[in-house]
Amino acid sequence: MSAPTQAQDYLRQAPAVAERFRRLKERPVVLEVRDLTRSFPTAAGKEVTALRNLAFAAHRREFTCIIGPSGCGKSTLIRLLAGLDEPTSGEVLLDGKPVSGPCPDRGMVFQGYTLFPWLTVKRNVMFGLQMAGMEKGQAEAEALQWLELVGLIKFKDAYPAQLSGGMKQRVAIARALAPNPRVLLMDEPFGALDAQTRSQMQHHLLEIWRNVDVTILFITHDLDEAIYLADRILVLKAHPGEVQELIEVPVPRPRHPAQTNSPEFLAVRRRLEELIHPRLEETVEKLPIVRLTKAGDDVE
Amino acid sequence: MTRRPRWFAVGKEPSSRARITLGLLSFLLPLGIWALVSYVPWIWHPLVRVSVPGTVEWFKPDLLVEHAVFNEENAKAVAAGGTAATGTPANPIFLPAPHAVGRALWTAFATPPILRDELWLHQSLWLSIRTIFWGFALSSLIGVPLGILCGAYPPVARLTEPVVDFVRYMPAPAFGALAVAVLGIYGAPKIAVIFLGTFFQQVLVIANTVRRHDPALIEAAQTLGAGPRQLLLRVIVPSCLIDLYNDQRILLGWAWTYLIVAEVVGISSGITFFINQQAKYRNFDNVYAAIIIIGVIGLVTDQGLAFIGRRIFPWQVRRSSRLRAFLALLGRKGGQGV
Ligand SMILES: Nc1ncnc2c1ncn2[C@@H]1O[C@H](COP(=O)(O)OP(=O)(O)OP(=O)(O)O)[C@@H](O)[C@H]1O
Ligand SMILES: [Mg+2]
Repeated sequence: MSAPTQAQDYLRQAPAVAERFRRLKERPVVLEVRDLTRSFPTAAGKEVTALRNLAFAAHRREFTCIIGPSGCGKSTLIRLLAGLDEPTSGEVLLDGKPVSGPCPDRGMVFQGYTLFPWLTVKRNVMFGLQMAGMEKGQAEAEALQWLELVGLIKFKDAYPAQLSGGMKQRVAIARALAPNPRVLLMDEPFGALDAQTRSQMQHHLLEIWRNVDVTILFITHDLDEAIYLADRILVLKAHPGEVQELIEVPVPRPRHPAQTNSPEFLAVRRRLEELIHPRLEETVEKLPIVRLTKAGDDVE
Repeated sequence: MTRRPRWFAVGKEPSSRARITLGLLSFLLPLGIWALVSYVPWIWHPLVRVSVPGTVEWFKPDLLVEHAVFNEENAKAVAAGGTAATGTPANPIFLPAPHAVGRALWTAFATPPILRDELWLHQSLWLSIRTIFWGFALSSLIGVPLGILCGAYPPVARLTEPVVDFVRYMPAPAFGALAVAVLGIYGAPKIAVIFLGTFFQQVLVIANTVRRHDPALIEAAQTLGAGPRQLLLRVIVPSCLIDLYNDQRILLGWAWTYLIVAEVVGISSGITFFINQQAKYRNFDNVYAAIIIIGVIGLVTDQGLAFIGRRIFPWQVRRSSRLRAFLALLGRKGGQGV
């Protein structure tokens, strides 16, 4: 009789956590997605629906992770939110007003390091401020503050090519946050980093988020990363991309790497695996069995 | 035991010592072949330079005659009871020996002009450099901005590139007569030919470079609030700047190749006039000297621009420069190469 209760474990919240979610939902909605659909024409003249009737809301200073199998439309979603792409139908509301086109009130951090290689670290961070018409001296002062926050003040005069991957992404975060966006959109920002740098960056990001008034939407395909970072996890399924479940992560804050083994963490992890893994097995092609070695002993 | 360096490993740069050796060899090998042909009497040398004419009537010292003629005339002279001429194997006059050209590199500058209104070599050269400069500068003044617009805005490209592509195939010298009719016979039509030869290539080359900009950087800039004007001036142009600079270096070389045809338009002038004049006087060592000087000017300008490029684009990912490798090698006194 223990199996069903265990399966529901991820819904159980400690009183402090439940209280936190209650307050979180009382906060105003910053970003709302209504009935969002995006389909692309294919070469064959047909249409592929990347996202269908997607709806969710993110509250002020909430940290939402979006997770789902490859090709389920995560990048499509975040590009729609950023205004880099137009939905086929539905709308995106920021503070209740529909968005159209890219704007610095929705900052973005991309997976590929999209720093401007011809600008120093400091000037990269100043870019958005100067685009907003801020005068140079003030932009510089603010950029330095942001670099202080991400711990890269020593590298202010370096060029992006001289930085490691993790450092580049920290600059990218500072650059996106400098114009004071309402929402920070991140598309697998740590996907290209090694495991160690990645967990450092997760820690950094939570620190930064604590000190800044910003709502974060974070795409990842790493289950642990999603649980470690998120207040709520939006699980998508593929073909077409639809919301499968919105999970409230019962792991208390402040988060700590040691929590990875806590019962709450493991419960959420089990649930995510249930949601994502079966589909994975359905979609993995069976390889034909061809033996190409004459070695007698077997690897298994 | 050291591993022998492999020369034919794909994409692998040789050591800096080997690079310099190869760079020097690249000049020394052709020079060596030239020296062999010039100084080894039994390689080529199709002619005979007469030293003592003997009794052959029309032979004079230093006259160049073909071997067959030389032998025939000698046979005739001996049969007539005279003395045979003597001579040494020689190359035709249009192939002077390296040392003659080397000497000419100096004497060409020191030789005063033969006619009164002709120019000294350095004056001719200066005239040519001015023609190139103005032709290239005018072309760049219009071609670079137009190319950038074509690369950044597809509608501009659709409007411009078909006709540019069409004109590009018309050889610039074909416009020479037209240029003279419109612009007169002096400097202007020559500049026009350089312009026409460079401009159309330039628009296409620059447009192609700009088209290769990284769209991810555009999107990043858009999410940071960059407007259309700022995208062009603050993102697209700077992101292509190094490539544009290198394109300009290549296009400048292109402009030089049009020099000779440009300078015969209208009144022949500049280095071309010097070369033609010296060829007429059969001073072929001066001709070679002038051609080599053009090459040296080109190489020095290009390497100079490359050197400047490394200074003005500090974000450039450095590849080891030839000059720096050379200096490093000089600095390493007798040290063991890596
Ligand atoms: N520009 C486009 N044109 C046509 N189809 C597209 C385009 N962009 C995305 N798609 C399709 O939409 C679907 C979702 O793609 P998307 O890149 O959003 O997936 P994803 O969840 O980000 O995947 P991944 O985890 O691999 O990054 C895919 O099936 C893809 O083929
Ligand atoms: Mg993606």
